[in-house]
Amino acid sequence: MSTVLELRDVVVDFDGFRALDGVSLRVERGELRFLIGPNGAGKTTIIDVITGLTRTASGDVLFNGTSIARRREHQRVHLGIGRSFQTPTVFESLTVLDNLDLAASFRRRLPRLFARRRGVDPAIASTLERIGLAADAHRPAAALSHGQKQWLEIGMLLVQEPALLLLDEPVAGMTPRERLATGALLQDLVGEHTVVVVEHDMAFLRRFASSVTVLHEGRVVSEGTVEEVQSDPVVREVYLGRSRDERSGAAPVEVTG
Amino acid sequence: MSTPVDELVTTTTAEAPPVPVRTPMSRLAPRGASPWVGRAVFVAFAVALFAFPELVLDDPTRIRQWAEYLCYAMVAVGLDIAWGYGGMLALGQGVFFGLGAYAMGMHLSLEQVPDGGLPQFMDLYSDYDSLPLLWKPFQSFWFAAGAAVLVPMAVAALLGLLVFRRRIRGPFFALLTQATALIFSLILIGNLQLTAGFNGLTGFNEIFGRSKYAPDTNRWLYTITAVGLLVVVALAMKVVNSRYGKLLVATRDSEDRVRFLGYDPATVKTVAFAIAAGMAGLAGAFAAPVIGIVAPNQFAVLPSILMVCWVAVGGRGTLWGAVLGALLVNWGRTTVSEASPDAWTYYQGLLFVVVLAFAPGGLAGIARRVGERARARLPRRSAQAEVAA
Repeated sequence: MSTVLELRDVVVDFDGFRALDGVSLRVERGELRFLIGPNGAGKTTIIDVITGLTRTASGDVLFNGTSIARRREHQRVHLGIGRSFQTPTVFESLTVLDNLDLAASFRRRLPRLFARRRGVDPAIASTLERIGLAADAHRPAAALSHGQKQWLEIGMLLVQEPALLLLDEPVAGMTPRERLATGALLQDLVGEHTVVVVEHDMAFLRRFASSVTVLHEGRVVSEGTVEEVQSDPVVREVYLGRSRDERSGAAPVEVTG
Repeated sequence: MSTPVDELVTTTTAEAPPVPVRTPMSRLAPRGASPWVGRAVFVAFAVALFAFPELVLDDPTRIRQWAEYLCYAMVAVGLDIAWGYGGMLALGQGVFFGLGAYAMGMHLSLEQVPDGGLPQFMDLYSDYDSLPLLWKPFQSFWFAAGAAVLVPMAVAALLGLLVFRRRIRGPFFALLTQATALIFSLILIGNLQLTAGFNGLTGFNEIFGRSKYAPDTNRWLYTITAVGLLVVVALAMKVVNSRYGKLLVATRDSEDRVRFLGYDPATVKTVAFAIAAGMAGLAGAFAAPVIGIVAPNQFAVLPSILMVCWVAVGGRGTLWGAVLGALLVNWGRTTVSEASPDAWTYYQGLLFVVVLAFAPGGLAGIARRVGERARARLPRRSAQAEVAA
């Protein structure tokens, strides 16, 4: 196995608040890694750092062994890093098909974008089937349900064939059935893709994760298989124990990490 | 954290249900109608455009006025790409319109004097003995025509790259473009020796080898301007229907999402801004002979804002809305001003307040709503027909 993603001592500072306080992390090719932790632990910030939305104060981010910390956001996408957002962000005024088509066309040079789309690319058609939106292909994305939008967003990632997918709470707000379907989709992906998932849902994690990183207040407190992490007393203290008491998993710091 | 999923997940076996597949592929066939509807409307518009002076306008003055409105429609179409589709409220399109108009105006000024001679105003205001370097290439019509389109595009591209790379948008972009309009008119007025200052370029008695006063000159100007507008509309249709057009709308709606799809929003927006500028420049090149004068007050801040209003009234985000908005508002201005010269300002204000308050989608928005209501009734009828049959 080779390392796809590596974070070295990453520090992110939001006006004095250390969202990430020296995070080091390695993700190997083909892993389905879950990032968990109470609110404000820095989970989403890690995704933001990897994709370039947030800049690091110090430390380095390596993708396939080369530093990407200085690359602009869209350049990182071209290297093969795709992400989704906590709230599904699709282009609501475009049709489902156009959403996917735009995602699939990202490697075209600008002059070639001036051609009108003719027909449907087979890869897009099969993605439409895969995410269950074939019947809605010509509907504006605004007309989709919340869960469908989340799938459309995952579909937009899939057609880009990124080497590394970063999913921020992909099953939040989904029905149990939709969660299972999404989990199956994720398991389908690993192998050819490497997937990093931020998720609160412990049941979902137990079922699908191949490895877990636990964050707390901007630091990695534990890492390993689901069993290893679950039996780690530190994790029980900072995360699992607390969440069992408070249900929502809310930590004192009310900053969405 | 404990949801019904816990039970569900722990009790189901390793095999998760596949993502539901709902329909056969045949549903994916592109909706055949849409490009053809657009083309049919385009042909109808072209026919109407050429028939209009024959059937409706009898007076050469009216024909000249409508040729002027057609120029404004070109500006509006470009502005609609930048603002309606791209979300960039460009309050300085007068700059690009003006650059185009000056390019052609310079050529026309030189057409009035023998080869190598100085344009009339230079004899009066300047101490030049021979034609200044800036003016020389404008002796060629093709240079002037090319410059009318390419200079505005280059200026817009440069401005766009500077502004959009720094992620300046919204009201900041609007104010910045408005400032360019102010600076542009100040530069024109300040360089009296080169630009004729406040008075502008005028006295185009010979227009591309025709006398301005010949009976059919206005008609001829109308025809070439109409061809120009059709080219602009056709190009604009191609742009907004292309992948790039979708990308532009996507950028308008969510710049961040576009960025994380691997596109650079700064490039996308700069291209749209440059296209809008090129169209405004072309419009200016047509407007120079049609209006017969090229002066700074035509391209300063106020005219630039009015251009946005044409698009708002017609309906931004629809090309036909932009065209109709420009034509109707300018026709209204002429009509009202002829009846009572001072009234137009009030009507114009009222019009924009009414549009903004009650019809934010403009005329096109109203038309769409009416169409949707009519369509909403149709299926009910056809369903009843099916039941009956």
